[in-house]
Amino acid sequence: MSIQVRQIHKQFGSFVALDEVSIDFPSGQLVALLGPSGCGKTTLLRVIAGLEHADSGQVLLDGQDASATNVRERQVGFVFQHYALFRHMTVFDNVAFGLRMKPRRQRLSETRIHSKVHELLGLVQLDWLADRFPSQLSGGQRQRIALARALAVEPRVLLLDEPFGALDAKVRKELRRWLRKLHDELHITSIFVTHDQEEALEVADQVVLMNHGRVEQIGTPEEVYRHPATPFVYGFLGAVNLFHGRVDGEGLWVGEDRVPHSSGGVNQGAEVLAYARPHELEIVTDRERMDGVAARIARIRAFGASARVELEGTNGSTGAHFEVELAQVQVAELSLQEGQAVRLLPSRLRVFERQGAGG
Amino acid sequence: MLPGFGLTLGVTVFYLALIVLVPLSAVFAKAAGLGWDGFVAAVTAPRVVASYKLSFGASLIAAAINSVFGLLLAWTLVRYRFPGKRLVDALIDLPFALPTAVAGIALTALYAPNGWLGRLLEPLGVQVAFGPLGVLVALVFIGVPFVVRTVQPILEDLEVELEEAAASLGASRGQTFRHVILPVLVPALLTGFALAFARAVGEYGSVIFIAGNIPLVSEITPLMIITKLEQFDYAGATAIAVVMLVFSFVLLLIINALQAWSSWQTGRAR
Repeated sequence: MSIQVRQIHKQFGSFVALDEVSIDFPSGQLVALLGPSGCGKTTLLRVIAGLEHADSGQVLLDGQDASATNVRERQVGFVFQHYALFRHMTVFDNVAFGLRMKPRRQRLSETRIHSKVHELLGLVQLDWLADRFPSQLSGGQRQRIALARALAVEPRVLLLDEPFGALDAKVRKELRRWLRKLHDELHITSIFVTHDQEEALEVADQVVLMNHGRVEQIGTPEEVYRHPATPFVYGFLGAVNLFHGRVDGEGLWVGEDRVPHSSGGVNQGAEVLAYARPHELEIVTDRERMDGVAARIARIRAFGASARVELEGTNGSTGAHFEVELAQVQVAELSLQEGQAVRLLPSRLRVFERQGAGG
Repeated sequence: MLPGFGLTLGVTVFYLALIVLVPLSAVFAKAAGLGWDGFVAAVTAPRVVASYKLSFGASLIAAAINSVFGLLLAWTLVRYRFPGKRLVDALIDLPFALPTAVAGIALTALYAPNGWLGRLLEPLGVQVAFGPLGVLVALVFIGVPFVVRTVQPILEDLEVELEEAAASLGASRGQTFRHVILPVLVPALLTGFALAFARAVGEYGSVIFIAGNIPLVSEITPLMIITKLEQFDYAGATAIAVVMLVFSFVLLLIINALQAWSSWQTGRAR
């Protein structure tokens, strides 16, 4: 089922949580709402669920305006960050809850409920825990039970609020892969909220990036990572190096250093923010070279497949901090030393004109 | 075994013996002086039996009323924000702090046939002061804080998310309360009930003013004990006390067992 939100506005006191947000969530996809805490992503999810009501704007479920209905009538499955399992009920009773609360005429017989609950527990691979209480389960197991419980009422959409937020790193990774697999089996329209960009990029079909109650960019993980639309998106999706500079001729002036750059689409003389990922910077040790940003190596962290070199800007960009990622062998080839003066040459730069926006 | 077990157990037992068990066993010893027949005669006199019925009956009803309204009060205090909330919160404890005689006099003044409320109730044929109903009113008054204060912290810990989860699964407000909220509260409610009941059974000061103390109608058991004491019938007084003690103990034991059972039900949980 498709979900559309139209010009949703929501304010808590003077704090604007959602500022005229409009998004189309296509049917059958797994969409991530990604952003820093306080960006409005959870509020948006709760508005879609009907747990929160927007000050203005519409929520369309399957093309029908659902704005006036409450959570009971919307047939949405909601999974909470802290599971919200009923602790006085067994796992079985938790999953059966939604089925047993139906009006008598629509309610299944206990035997049907029994087989349905076991089917769902099988789906989340926890059938053997049916008689346990939530307190006897691990966090990952609890969240899977919460998911089974939400699926029991055959919701039209599945909404997950930071579903893996309370779990440790290893379990998170396992569970998000598992969620992806489950979604591929069920194809239920799903939206999940996360502040973890890696999680969003790895799991989702579509990523919606939000900041300060607004949508910054919508696209596939590939699109948003490769072609970030705003400085915020660039900065939020992975480590970045930032240069404050001015476009002049065929280059970018960063303080007194010049970096070659084809200034496509940016006005001459414009003040810009230029971004490069750690692997898009090249370290030049040749003292004769006059282009590139002057920097001094502060620290070399050489473990794993690639080395990370931390640098400090020395000329014009004093105080700036840079990070370069390169292959282990290159560190040896260039015989890099801590304290060494070098120049940084970006192989790829993403330039945004400055509009008071920091990123 | 955890360190300090022997010492703490020793201190606990000694303290309990000194403060509770020794005085209570003195009650039994004194009552034994009557002999079996004398004891039976003292504790089964019609006036005394009528007083048991009133004392335990009114105490149970008062505790039940306080359970319902205490839950309501606690709910309001935990869930809503309104002006004067702190004041209301403080008011709850007032029955604890007030000398019970003051409560008795105030209630009597209100509910007497010429009092503010009594005047309105009398034409309806309802007589509160100077009758069993008055006893109940006084016992409800002094029992207010118990349920509120036992349920309040549990309610505060109850995540709103649980109710949201229930609603998203299609449960109505009523179903959510019945199946999600109430089961979690039952152990605390029972504890509050037991405390309010125990307090009501032992209450004397506020009740004697409003009860009217009519033999066979509105005499409470503690009054019977005082009456015996005033007649220097110490053995008779302790005999009644023994019955009260045993009966209260059995009731509290049952309530505690229920409470333990229900918290085991809900609580394999925590």
